[in-house]
Amino acid sequence: MKLLELGDGALTLEFGERIDPDANANVMAARDALRALNLDGITDIVPTWRSLTVHFDPLRLPHDRVRRALLQAASEESALATRRSVAPIILPVCFGGEFGPDLADVAAATGRSEGELIAALCAVDLQVALIGFLPGFPYLGGLPDWLDLPRRATPRTAVPANSFAIAGGQAAIYPWQSPGGWHLLGRTPLTLFDPANPQRPARFAPGDVLRIEAISPDEFTVLRERLRHA
Amino acid sequence: MLEILACPFPATLQDTGRPGYRHLGVPLSGALDPTWLALANALAGNPPDAAAIEMRLAGPRLKSDADALFAIAGEVDARIVGEAGTRAVAPWRSHRLHAGEELHLDAVRSGVAYLAFAGGIEGRRELGSRSRYERADLGSPFGRGLTLKVGAGSPCVPGTPLRGRATAIPRRLGILPARADGPLRVIPGPQRERFSDAAWQSFLESEFVVGRDTDRMGLRLDGPRLEHVGGADIVSDAVTPGAIQVPGDGRPIVLLADCQTVGGYTKIATVIGADLPRLGHALPGTRLRFAAVTLDGSTCGTTGSRAGAGGQPRHRRAGYGRTRPRRPLWRQPDRRSHRCHALT
Repeated sequence: MKLLELGDGALTLEFGERIDPDANANVMAARDALRALNLDGITDIVPTWRSLTVHFDPLRLPHDRVRRALLQAASEESALATRRSVAPIILPVCFGGEFGPDLADVAAATGRSEGELIAALCAVDLQVALIGFLPGFPYLGGLPDWLDLPRRATPRTAVPANSFAIAGGQAAIYPWQSPGGWHLLGRTPLTLFDPANPQRPARFAPGDVLRIEAISPDEFTVLRERLRHA
Repeated sequence: MLEILACPFPATLQDTGRPGYRHLGVPLSGALDPTWLALANALAGNPPDAAAIEMRLAGPRLKSDADALFAIAGEVDARIVGEAGTRAVAPWRSHRLHAGEELHLDAVRSGVAYLAFAGGIEGRRELGSRSRYERADLGSPFGRGLTLKVGAGSPCVPGTPLRGRATAIPRRLGILPARADGPLRVIPGPQRERFSDAAWQSFLESEFVVGRDTDRMGLRLDGPRLEHVGGADIVSDAVTPGAIQVPGDGRPIVLLADCQTVGGYTKIATVIGADLPRLGHALPGTRLRFAAVTLDGSTCGTTGSRAGAGGQPRHRRAGYGRTRPRRPLWRQPDRRSHRCHALT
């Protein structure tokens, strides 16, 4: 573990340098322990795959105090006390066709049929390792090892909103239309970001566990309509 | 209501930003210079965190359908155009705009400037802030043809008498800290060891020039290329306004208020909070230098007293008097009261 200074208003506790599910589990445990300390003056606690960053107001909360709190939160006992099993959240995804234009290519590249690929994706638990790049954009870990493909050689200028995509051993869901170089496998009807809900503006938060449920295009339409009117 | 008649350069509605959502990928946003935002608001009789119009290069043309009280923080060529003729508008004091008159804001000469209206501006308030963040459509957009509502209880609301006398503040107050010269103080970054010592020396000893592709997300700097040791990419970790990222091309990028919450480039250093507003004033062509300071937890708190071995920390002796801590001029945390030690 390394404690790194990110200016005078943030400290980063680094658990590792690579994408590592074990490091991420430790990050989440430390985050929960730090939250439990409920320190006045902390504005944001940002977990990533391998690190935990605390943004704080150094005039209200001295650096030393944050340093101690971070180390305490990351200590074995605190981490163990707050480590918990998380119930998976269902993520409905409609695979292939116009929703997942890269499904066939990815199946071919990994030597599987499209059906086998979808079945494999539905069989694993995906962990929300961090949210970044865009508001509500989750980076998901937990893919099968054989599903580790580099990004597309030519990124798309516009990836449709709600696309479920993979690259570099991770999965992600695009909350907004944006440029992107990941392989698009499907799309979810869920709204991923809603600023009108300040309690939980992003559908998923770091530490959540997702399980994919494959749905048909008809189910996609029905679900989307239902969510729109909800 | 305020009608935006013209807006030749990007202007946005900003308040003090949107903390508390960075773990969900929502940037901090907010005024590039919160000090000047607070000054504009103070002149308009508002609390320091009310939303105001942030302008760069040149400001918009506005028309009000009711009497309004407003103030400008920053050096802006401005005038009021009405049936009674045209009158010049000086910054750093409050003015009245009468119903039907137009407010023309031309060249912004101070890098950034703020226009506040009494009562504040009622843009969309999302996740606790009215700050505009374009990429996620947070906060109200600002542009030609749109209208803005001035806050309730303000002289803009029909039937409310104009209250508050025109006030002014000494122009020199606006000078701090934006006009302070001397190097920007930085703390060595989380990936300092990913740069050769030669690159670190070059970073501290060279002058950098703000490049053209510069916006509220960050400033790109031209200068000597900063050489990495072992590659420019990392597995993404958190970033913050003031962090200086160096991608593989060796050209530093200083992040600003709208920066993303995480990033995958090595960070050589981070500009301290007290000097961050100065970055908001930097335009393409602005020359910048950096000086390293350490932030020792035992001495950088508000009550720390341990000075450097020579009594005063070196950066104070070196004549950066204008960035020295001062009494707060308004009710806002004054980050300049930090004690930071110069690195040798």
